[in-house]
Amino acid sequence: MEELKNTIAGKFPKATFDETDGLQVVIDDAHWHDLALWLRDAKGFDYLIAVVGQDWPEAYGCVYYLTNTFTHVILSVKVTAASRENPMLHSVSDLWANANLNEREVYDFYGIIFINHPDMRHLYLRNDWVGYPLRKDYNDDPSVNPVPTENEEAIDTTVAYIEAPDGTVTKEERVVFAPEDFVVNIGPQHPATHGVLRFRTALDGEYIKKIDLYLGYVHRGMEKLCESLAYPQMLHFADRLDYLSAQQNRHCFCLCIEKAMGLKVPRRAQVIRVIMDELMRINSHLLFAGTFCMDLGATTMLFYTFREREKILDIFEKTCGARMTFHYNVIGGVAQDLHPDFVKDVKALIPDLHKALKEYHKLFTGNVITHQRMIGVGKLSKADAISYGISGPSGRASGWSNDIRKTHPYSIYSELDFDEVVRTDGDSFGRWMVRMDEILQSIKIIEQLIDKIPEGEICAPVPKVIKLPVGHWFQQVEASRGAIGFYIESDGGVNPVRVKINSTCFPLAGVVDHLTRGTKIADLITIGGSLDYIVPDIDR
Amino acid sequence: MFEISRLTGWLHELLSSWMPEWLTTTVECVLIGAALLVLYALLALFYIYFERRVCAFFQCRLGPNRVGPMGLLQSFADMFKILIKEIISLKNIDRFLFALAPYLVIIASVMAFAVLPWGKGLQVIDFNIGIFFLVAVSSIGVLGILLAGWSSNNKFTLIGAMRSGAQMVSYELSIGLSVLTMVALAGTMSVTGIVEAQTDLWFIFKGHLPAVIAFIIYMIAGTAETNRGPFDLPEAESELTAGYHTEYSGLHFGYFYLAEYLNLFIVSGVAALLFFGGWAPLHIPGWEGFNGVMDWIPSWLWFVGKAVALSFVIIWFKWTFPRLRIDNLLALEWKYLLPINLFNLVLMVVVIVYGLHF
Repeated sequence: MEELKNTIAGKFPKATFDETDGLQVVIDDAHWHDLALWLRDAKGFDYLIAVVGQDWPEAYGCVYYLTNTFTHVILSVKVTAASRENPMLHSVSDLWANANLNEREVYDFYGIIFINHPDMRHLYLRNDWVGYPLRKDYNDDPSVNPVPTENEEAIDTTVAYIEAPDGTVTKEERVVFAPEDFVVNIGPQHPATHGVLRFRTALDGEYIKKIDLYLGYVHRGMEKLCESLAYPQMLHFADRLDYLSAQQNRHCFCLCIEKAMGLKVPRRAQVIRVIMDELMRINSHLLFAGTFCMDLGATTMLFYTFREREKILDIFEKTCGARMTFHYNVIGGVAQDLHPDFVKDVKALIPDLHKALKEYHKLFTGNVITHQRMIGVGKLSKADAISYGISGPSGRASGWSNDIRKTHPYSIYSELDFDEVVRTDGDSFGRWMVRMDEILQSIKIIEQLIDKIPEGEICAPVPKVIKLPVGHWFQQVEASRGAIGFYIESDGGVNPVRVKINSTCFPLAGVVDHLTRGTKIADLITIGGSLDYIVPDIDR
Repeated sequence: MFEISRLTGWLHELLSSWMPEWLTTTVECVLIGAALLVLYALLALFYIYFERRVCAFFQCRLGPNRVGPMGLLQSFADMFKILIKEIISLKNIDRFLFALAPYLVIIASVMAFAVLPWGKGLQVIDFNIGIFFLVAVSSIGVLGILLAGWSSNNKFTLIGAMRSGAQMVSYELSIGLSVLTMVALAGTMSVTGIVEAQTDLWFIFKGHLPAVIAFIIYMIAGTAETNRGPFDLPEAESELTAGYHTEYSGLHFGYFYLAEYLNLFIVSGVAALLFFGGWAPLHIPGWEGFNGVMDWIPSWLWFVGKAVALSFVIIWFKWTFPRLRIDNLLALEWKYLLPINLFNLVLMVVVIVYGLHF
């Protein structure tokens, strides 16, 4: 780390450093693209984890979180725009593919224009939206942006701000869909998009030429809302992101706040959290199996997987009192102690799951039609998976070992014996098999812990009013669909200055266009289903 | 032994005893038409109940069980619901073709109904090219589907209709060829002739290997022909919302729904006719006592029973397999089923010429 810092300081004398939470390089926009290129090519920072837009009192800017997928070193770079009136940054979408959507998000909320970005359009908001909502001086008076009564016309062109070699930036209009394209709206209400997600799809007969992604139909502005809430109040948003990773998301949020507070969580709470996380993962993968098969037309599997999922939900219900949004993790531990039946129920569940998995493979995995539909469909190479930031089971199916539980072990994961499931197929079949095998690994983790839940406190004592010190923190946790990350920036008060939710499904939505080009409509459904995105997590 | 032919014969004599001949014919036509339509509706209702119940049991559920005893009245309730639903009129569509499409679909299946051998002597028309007529009229259905997709002025329905066109035209080849294989064995195209050729032994046993191959191909192609899973691409709900009938509502939608179930019956009815002896009871040469017992079961029950049993198999397909993709679907037909079928036809001819069948 120290060595990296010195090399950067040597090569980029203008860079300054901040070390509250890992190493952060602070650099101005003029040198940012050169630094990014050097970091990626010379230092192997090939995975862009997150792009956090921010409105600092001095300037607009972004924090980029980068990691090296070999050494797993995380580095963040803070870049500020030179002008406050017309903020502009150089885009890194040419270096990391997932910067494309992330930078559009920042443009949408902060109005920072990214130079050389191919597609500077709104991502979530309507084209006629006034103002940039996450700026601190945003006018949230309803009369400024009244509830629209008219449909938004889809615009088939976009703009790009291209920098000439002499440094002048010109605005260029670019075509998204040509007038002769046969464009079909798949979504926002469509049975296979798993929520309100909209793909404008240009078709050539059954073949897909291009997909343009429209987001924001379930955008709830969580990040903005967090800025006016106290820390314990913010937690409930985590359950409503990816509702099938509710436990892990909330675990991550709590970990981030606990890290900032320097709080030690009791051992019992840690064990409970891990068991709950793994139960949640099984739950999520079972739901994936059901809905994915239903997308492929095998409706019966849905009921078979729901039969087992129901048992897990019953276990959750007994302890947490809810089947969907559990609100179980709290800052310092968990909210309630385990139900007396918990151990017994979980032990009864494990043999059922083994039996059920065999049945699923018999019914679905071995089927010839299944193989024809899945093998070789939506092949994602490892390099593309990293570039698009496809973490979690989908990335591991492409041969990228990216499990946060192994790369940056949190809680008690470093003591546990389990394997990271990695396959090299990279296609839909690989993504299916990774999830099926991960259920077995989760069972293995639960089996190791279920008899060894220690006695003791379930929650560390926390102050009535929680204030974080001045600084910023970033924490990742392996959720059901990949690495969920929370970024919190605090000025020492009861409310955060900025909360950024780095969702797991956002990059998944971004890769759909790449994977589906030249495939058929039916493959779009297979690919979408196998990526297993959850729309509330994309939109936040 | 009770046979419905006695009832129809008695009715004919009764009517002609106090009516001129032309009136008798007219009255009989009306009666037959009414009987056919009632049967059509009742069978569809039965099939809806049957499929829902069967699929529920496959899926660890109970299915409809609240309306009436064992949920038997559920499909009647559904029928009344669909009868009183509003037919939503759409802008920017070809009104005439849009309204015509469901009728074409339903006419195709009603006409196919006419030549099915319901029982001994219980058949609306029995002419010498009966099976040919059946194959011909069942092809009208695809026209209705294409029209529905085209006239709705919707991109999803258009894709669904085009898929349906490609699929049904392709699979009709397989149906035609496997029917031809069996016609070659029977030596006649008349439906009665085909059934009567099987009164001693059903064709599936008589024609052994080529007949079994033809049966398997017929079942696959028949499932595809009815647009049912795993061949339900034209209405693949996870891809095209509801395919060609997305824009239909009320009774018009009901017609498509009805025709789908009736086509299921027709396909399995034809399979029963060609391979399992139509209304002919199960006879095994030499087992006189057994054959005598089998003769006691009425012929119409034999036919309906066989058809429902075969439909069960098709329903079983639907609730087990995932859906095919359009290129897999066409490859299956053109690269596998069609060559096998052609070879099978030659094999059947060899079997017949050298008298290798039973």
